[in-house]
Amino acid sequence: MLPIEVSSLKKHYGDLKAVDGISFTVKEGEVFGLLGPNGAGKTTTIEIMEGLRERDGGAVKVLGFDPWKNGYELHKRIGVIPQEFTFFEKTTPREAIIYYADLFNVKVNPDETLKEVLLEESANVNFDSLSGGQKQKTGLALSLVNSPDLLFLDEPTTGLDPNARRAIWEVIRGLKAKGKTIILTTHYLDEAQQLCDRVAIMDHGKIVAMGTSEEIIQQHGSGERLEIHGGEKLGDYIKANTELEVDYNKSREEIVIPLKKKIDALAALAAAEQSGMEWGEIQTRQDSLDDVFVKLVTGLGNEQATTAPENEVKQAKKKRRF
Amino acid sequence: MVSGKRIFSDFKVFSRGYLRNKFGLFFGLIFPVILILIFGAIYSGGTTGTIQIYTQNYDSGALSTQYMDALNQTKTLQIITVDPSLNFTEYMSKNAVSNGMIIPANFTAEYSTAKPVNVTIYVNPSASTTGAVLSILDAVNDQFNLALFNGHTVLRISQLSVGSQNKNIDYLVPGLIGFAILVSPMFSLVNISSEYKKTKLFKQLSLTPLTKIEWLTSKIMWYIVLSAASFVLMVVVGIVLFHANITLTVWLIPFLILGPMLFASLGMLVGTVTKNPETAGVIGNIVTFPMMFLSGTFFPIAFMPDYLRSIAPVLPLFYVVEGLTNIMLYQNYLGAAIDIAVVGIITVIIFALAVKLFKWRED
Repeated sequence: MLPIEVSSLKKHYGDLKAVDGISFTVKEGEVFGLLGPNGAGKTTTIEIMEGLRERDGGAVKVLGFDPWKNGYELHKRIGVIPQEFTFFEKTTPREAIIYYADLFNVKVNPDETLKEVLLEESANVNFDSLSGGQKQKTGLALSLVNSPDLLFLDEPTTGLDPNARRAIWEVIRGLKAKGKTIILTTHYLDEAQQLCDRVAIMDHGKIVAMGTSEEIIQQHGSGERLEIHGGEKLGDYIKANTELEVDYNKSREEIVIPLKKKIDALAALAAAEQSGMEWGEIQTRQDSLDDVFVKLVTGLGNEQATTAPENEVKQAKKKRRF
Repeated sequence: MVSGKRIFSDFKVFSRGYLRNKFGLFFGLIFPVILILIFGAIYSGGTTGTIQIYTQNYDSGALSTQYMDALNQTKTLQIITVDPSLNFTEYMSKNAVSNGMIIPANFTAEYSTAKPVNVTIYVNPSASTTGAVLSILDAVNDQFNLALFNGHTVLRISQLSVGSQNKNIDYLVPGLIGFAILVSPMFSLVNISSEYKKTKLFKQLSLTPLTKIEWLTSKIMWYIVLSAASFVLMVVVGIVLFHANITLTVWLIPFLILGPMLFASLGMLVGTVTKNPETAGVIGNIVTFPMMFLSGTFFPIAFMPDYLRSIAPVLPLFYVVEGLTNIMLYQNYLGAAIDIAVVGIITVIIFALAVKLFKWRED
């Protein structure tokens, strides 16, 4: 039995198809990412799996349970951080952990849990005085109280500063190392690449791509291409004198040559040299998960997929220079 | 399965949070005491001397005389008779009289045959003595009515009334205890239930084994504790500072338990059926404020105009205040038992509705 089996899942709110017939499974010990712009249906999907929302169609099994019908039993065995986690204002993380332990009727050592989520220093600070990152860590700590094997983390790092995000990543990596199965939603692509074994990209309630980041890039990316900074005439010259397909990007003044084989680059460069015309910087590049995401997700206007808001881990563009 | 451990654990977290929030503590505990201090001071100021009440007596029977005697014997009111042949309103304005009373011609006849009698009272609402006059008249009337109800002689009634010698503060204590029982649980639960819904805290709690009924029970427990504390404070202030003459018996306990349960559930219900905290606040006020003023908390309902008075019996707080007054002032345990039964039934209905309509999760 797989921890999560979802098939043809449907949920609509009035006319809006929030989730439109999606299917996927998650293996034990896997970190599975649900990616997509706001409104893509990630949270609805995750809340249906958690038993917080009723589905309109399809089948969902979480740890063998129907989450809506057997929610009460299921909740004892999963850990959840809802989106925008919040807690009683005048309660400290330590008290919150003890409270949850009482509710779940389990014995926990609060100090150990606090250590696991790197929150020892703020153990006795009221929740309303914690920073955003510390609040999320409190949520993580609470989701661990009942020692679940399956965790749902709904946008665990949204709105956090770079250091706080990395700290949360550390905690999640630690949980992964312990063999926990984790479902993570995020709209940070770098976060998905950092943490997830597999991702599903959702858009308008559908899964538009699924697999490891590499698989998705391979399937939906455009492959490697050579870009030469130069005039349109140079592009025409290369086209006339080689077998290669040549595109020209006017705004960037760039000649773009898709490479079927790496050796094609040599032919293109030889032709450029031969032309006697001037040319500048050259580079080869490949679509990143970012590029694929932008390509796959339609109508990205105001709901732009976000890479990290800061410039950390700016790995979107792989540049190689000759 | 309801678990005591979970209720207690939730109670612990909630009460600790409440005690750490000074604002909530002020309104829950200190504010009613401040009210009793203010009203107590106002009323006791008004009773240092006697309040004269100008009375036209059209009745020639013995009962109206006994009625006036009973009022005089309160030592707070002094009846000054006015010749029935004079135009009373003219007389009052000419002599700058602020308190007046007209006893109708059929007083003795109607009262002895248990027919309703209307005694007309003139008061100046802005006068500081008004509250005192109304409370005393109310009490004496109550005694008269009660006496007839129990089938005692009228003389016996006036003795009862004189014997109890209720002062204004005596009426204020049960009224303000009712106020405390209403306000704190009601406003808190309206606020909490709508806020938790908005911030999705309920959703989060639904992911734990805590159940709705356990959650609401722990809140009710806390407000019972808070109301009891508030009760003790007000009674102590009333007795020590204002020498209130009130009866304290175990009969009060049902009100101190059912009251917070009723209003916490009602608050929960308002928070549950409204869409957002803003609407919840408005609806909460619409439900709470009429109850606060029209149930006899600050002044006896007997002296409200008829159309307002007719509202009182549909307000749950009315039965709480009436019950508390029945016990603390009149030792009228039969009346109190009826009030307990009414409050009990309303409480069960509201509690069940709140639990039923309140949703942890969405569909």
